Amino acid sequence: MIEIRNLNFSYKKTPVFSNINLSFPQGSIYGLLGENGVGKTTLLKLICGLLRPTEGTCSVDGLTSQDRLPEMLQRIVFLPDEVSLPDGRTPQQYIDELAPFYPGYAWGTFLHLMEEFEVDPNRKFKEMSFGQQKKSLIAAALSLGTDYVLFDEPTNGLDIPSKAQFRQILSRRFEERNTIIISTHQVKDVENLIDPIVILNNNAVLLDASVQRIQEKLFFEYGGEQRQDALYSEMQPGGYLNVIPNTTGEESQINIEALFNAVLRNKNVFRELFK
Amino acid sequence: MEFRKQKPIYLQIADRLMEQILQGEPAEDDRMPSVRDVAVSMGVNPNTVMRTFEQLQNEEIIYNRRGVGYFVSPDAKKKILAEQRREFLEEELPLIKQRMQVLGIDFNLLNN
Repeated sequence: MIEIRNLNFSYKKTPVFSNINLSFPQGSIYGLLGENGVGKTTLLKLICGLLRPTEGTCSVDGLTSQDRLPEMLQRIVFLPDEVSLPDGRTPQQYIDELAPFYPGYAWGTFLHLMEEFEVDPNRKFKEMSFGQQKKSLIAAALSLGTDYVLFDEPTNGLDIPSKAQFRQILSRRFEERNTIIISTHQVKDVENLIDPIVILNNNAVLLDASVQRIQEKLFFEYGGEQRQDALYSEMQPGGYLNVIPNTTGEESQINIEALFNAVLRNKNVFRELFK
Repeated sequence: MEFRKQKPIYLQIADRLMEQILQGEPAEDDRMPSVRDVAVSMGVNPNTVMRTFEQLQNEEIIYNRRGVGYFVSPDAKKKILAEQRREFLEEELPLIKQRMQVLGIDFNLLNN
């Protein structure tokens, strides 16, 4: 389990988090959402020990992240959105360098994933497109056999078929022992993959709830008239999409973008609703 | 696959699996595809498909053999059809009737 306790973090004088608490138990693929600059990437870096909290703690299986103990580092992999790659090397050389630090690394898995993504593991990074580089790094990250995988904008740069491949690969590789955190703006790419959903805003956690809980609390009405009592409503080609409190108990399909907008506009209502 | 709006995905997946059972693929008493295979084929969270299977098990459309997997109940088709009839009569038909009234279509048309 990843645990964040009373975490404060500031870049110089700019506060990013003030006293947040979050836990990520194993067995879920978490979606980490938030507007630009709310600290999604910062949070991922704090979890894997690349940044130190100003106050409070982050831990992985009880091991404090900022200590960067080998026992902790071998359990977690972080794939940043932008990586400076060893240009003259190949994915195969890259993984050969990383693998000795990860006891769970599976050589077969790496080759299999590269094959699935249709990227040649023996081609130099500098000769690849951005998407191919990204796919190589995703394949590497998922073959290291860590319980914890942190992805920052993993579908960024992937072409349309690769996005579907990414979803399939993740649902195939995901196991009970895993915690996967996907930080993204591209919610459509991972809409049916992420559960629970965590939304960050203004130094705080605005929402941290499973899809089931969101469906219990909110109703997403598609293709109707605009409703005055809606927490959020949006005109779509087939009529209005309304997000309203769920009073009947009927479950509906969540639209994550509408959920996000509803949360940002009704912070206090949501705090009360999801207490 | 493109999901229909409105119903939560786990119920949309249930609809799809029930449709396959009605078509006899898998047949009654046959083994269901695994949770993982269903999740991968649709690119969805395996936990979501688990919720679908639990729902179908609650409705006694499938049953679980511990350590072996899920199987289609012997009377699954009968149960699915009964539920679909109820849904049609209670939810879809009133809407159709309302729509016919709005469009001025005679209800007796259905007799032909």
